[in-house]
Amino acid sequence: MTGIHRDEMLGLICGGVALALLSLLPLLTEGFYLSFGVNLVLYAALSTAWSLFSGPTRFVSLASAAFFGIGTYSVALWLDALPFVVLIAIAALASAALAALIGAATLRLSGVYFVIFTLGLTELIRQIVSWSQSRFAHKMGLYVFTDFTEGDLYWMLLALTAATFSVGWLINRSRLGFALRIIGDDETVARHVGIATARAKIVLFMISGAFAGIAGAIMAPRYAYIEPQAAFNPMISFMVVIMALLGGTRRLWGPLVGVVPFTVVMELIAARFPNESLIVVGIAFLAIVYVLPSGVTGRIECLRERLRRSLGTGVDAPGCGKIEGRA
Amino acid sequence: MLRRTFNALLISAVVFGTAGGIASAEETLKIGVSAPKTGVQSGGAAAVYWPNVQLWVHDLNQKGGIKVDGKQLKIDLVEYDDKSSPEEAVKNIQRLATVDKVDFIISPYTTGINLATAPLIARYGYPQLVATGNANDLRAFIKQWPNSFWLLGKASDLSTGIVGTLKTLRDKGQVGNKVALAYVAEALGLEMIDSAKPAFKEAGFDIVYETSYPIGTQDLSPVISGAKAAKPDAFVAYSYPPDSFALTEQAQIQAFDVNAFYVGVGGALTGYGQRFGKQAEGILSMGGINPDDQAYKSYRESHKKVTGQDTDYWAGAVVYASLEVLAQAIEKAGKERAAVVKAIKSGTFDTVIGKVSFEDNVVKKLWTVGQWRGGVFQGVNGLSVEGAKEPVKKPAWN
Repeated sequence: MTGIHRDEMLGLICGGVALALLSLLPLLTEGFYLSFGVNLVLYAALSTAWSLFSGPTRFVSLASAAFFGIGTYSVALWLDALPFVVLIAIAALASAALAALIGAATLRLSGVYFVIFTLGLTELIRQIVSWSQSRFAHKMGLYVFTDFTEGDLYWMLLALTAATFSVGWLINRSRLGFALRIIGDDETVARHVGIATARAKIVLFMISGAFAGIAGAIMAPRYAYIEPQAAFNPMISFMVVIMALLGGTRRLWGPLVGVVPFTVVMELIAARFPNESLIVVGIAFLAIVYVLPSGVTGRIECLRERLRRSLGTGVDAPGCGKIEGRA
Repeated sequence: MLRRTFNALLISAVVFGTAGGIASAEETLKIGVSAPKTGVQSGGAAAVYWPNVQLWVHDLNQKGGIKVDGKQLKIDLVEYDDKSSPEEAVKNIQRLATVDKVDFIISPYTTGINLATAPLIARYGYPQLVATGNANDLRAFIKQWPNSFWLLGKASDLSTGIVGTLKTLRDKGQVGNKVALAYVAEALGLEMIDSAKPAFKEAGFDIVYETSYPIGTQDLSPVISGAKAAKPDAFVAYSYPPDSFALTEQAQIQAFDVNAFYVGVGGALTGYGQRFGKQAEGILSMGGINPDDQAYKSYRESHKKVTGQDTDYWAGAVVYASLEVLAQAIEKAGKERAAVVKAIKSGTFDTVIGKVSFEDNVVKKLWTVGQWRGGVFQGVNGLSVEGAKEPVKKPAWN
C-alpha cells in the first residue's frame, strides 16, 4: 500500500468530524428526529454496502432485502440463547455465505441474469422462511424484545456505516479494488490480463452482503415483531438502488449524498401529502432524473470542475457539457 | 428556458411543501393516526379502517366536538401513511408524539404493526385500543404494555368459534363428523390453526384433510380439489380476504358441496355478499354482528352516507367502536393520558357493537362466527353476545 494522499487525509478528517457530530444526535433528541436519524443511517449503511460491490463492478444487485432479512432473522431466532454481539457475527456470516452461493451461481453470467436472479432470490428466501415457520414453528411472527433504546440502534448503525466506509476505502486501495475497477470497465480485458474475475466479484459480493446482513440484525430490535413480509420487504432493495444511483456510484461517498436528500424529500412528502404521496413521489423521481442525470456526485464534480475552469486550471469534466447543453 | 421554468416550478413546489400549516386560533383536540395508505395492507385498511376514522371525526365534529374538561373541542386529525411497514410506522408514531404532540393516537392497523409500535405508544403513555389485531398469548403483552386493549379477543376465541357452530349443527343432525381444514401460511392462519386443531379433536371431529397455502396464492383449485377428494361434511378455511373470495369461487366451480362452508377474514365484507349473491346463502365466516340492532343499523346508514361505501359486518364496526370508547373515556377523564387509560380499564362504554368493557384489557364479549342469510350476514356464534341466530345447514350451490 502506498502512502495517504493529501486529499484523502482531508477526507478522513472531515469524515471523522462528521461522525463525531452525528454521534451526538441521541443526546439532543429522543423523539422523531432520532427515529428519522435511524432510518437515514440505516439507508446510508445499506447503500454504501451496496455500492461497495455494485459501484466498481456495475452489477446491479437487488438482493439487499435478502441479506437484510437474513440478518433480522439471525437475531430473532437466537435472541434468547446468545449475546447480541454473537448474533451480529452470525448475521454477517450467514449473509456472506448466501452471497457466496449467489455469486458462485450467477456472477459468471452477464449482468442482466444477475439482476433478475437477485430479485427472485429475495422472494424465494421469503417463501422458504414462511414455509419452514408454518411447518416447524407453527407460528409466523417472532418477537424481539430487547433493552436497546433508539439511541443505541442509531449508534450501532452509525458505527456500521463508518466500518463499511473504512472497508470500502481499504478495498479501493488494495489489489482487489484495482482488479474490480478493471472488471467494471471491461471484463474481457480483465480476464486477459490474468485477473480471476469470478473470484474477485464473489469476494466483494460477500463483503457487501455481510454489511447488509449486519444492518438487518441491528434493526431487528426496532421491528419487535418479525414477519417474513416485513423482513424480506423487496422495497428495501429498490430503495437502496435508487438512493445509491441518485448519489452516484463512482465515488465511495456517492451513495451517502444520495441517501440524505432522498430520505429528507420522502419524509417531507410523507408528512405533507399523506394521501397523494405516490403521485408526489413519482413527480419527485422525474424531477431528480431531469435535474441530476448523473447523480449528486456527478453534479458536485461538475460544479467543482466549472469552478476550477473559471480559475483557469483543470480539464473538461466528462458529462458536464452535456447537461448544460440540454437547457 | 424550459429548464429555468422547471427549476422555478420545483422551487415553488418545495417552498409550498415545506411551509408550515397555518395554526388555527381555535383550541382543538389533536388526534394522530398512522396506518397503511399504500403497500400490501392498504386494501384492507381502505375497507375497514380509514372510512371509520373519517366517520368518527365527522360525527364528533358535527355535534360540536368532544367535551374535555368542560370545553367542547373539535377534532384535529393528523394522518400519516405507514406504507404497511413497521419501520415507517415506528417513525410515524414518534413524529405524532414528539413533533405534532398529539393528545391521543388511534392505534394502527394489523397485528404486526400494533405489536411493533406498542413499546413506543406505551412509552408516551397513550392508550392503544387494538381493533384490527389479535394473538394467542395476549396476557404477556398486556403485562408488558398495560395500556394496550384488545377488542378482537384472543386468536383462539375467534378460531374456535366455528368449532362451536359445527357442534350446534351436528347436534341438530345437519352436519357430520368429517372436517377439511385449510389455512394461509401467515401469522393469522398459523395462530388460528394452532388453537383450532385441538379444539376440533376435543369436540370429536375427524380432520380428514388439512393443508396450508402461501399468502398471495392465485390458484387455490388444488386446495378445493384436495378437500373434495377427502369427502368431508364441513370445510373450514382460516383465510385472508383475497383467498376467502377465491376459495368460494373454486368451490362453486368444482361443485364442492358440504353442509357447512366456512372462510376466514373477508367473508363478513358487504362486497362478499354482493359478489356471490344468492350463492352466498348459508356460507359461514369469521366475524359477525347483530344486523338488526338499532345502533348498528344507524351506524351502517351514516357510514354509507358520509364515506360513500358500505361498512362490513364485523371489523369495521369494531374499529368504530374502539374510537367511541376512546372518545367516551376522554370525556370522562380529560386530556390526562394515564387517567384515560384508567377510565378505559374500568369503564363500560356504549358503542355500535353494544356495551363494551374490558376484563384484564381484553374484550370478553365478541362475535366469532356469522352466516349469510338472505343477503345479510347474521352473527350465529360469539362469547356472551346477544341476538345470535341459530346456524343452519348450507344449501347446495345452485
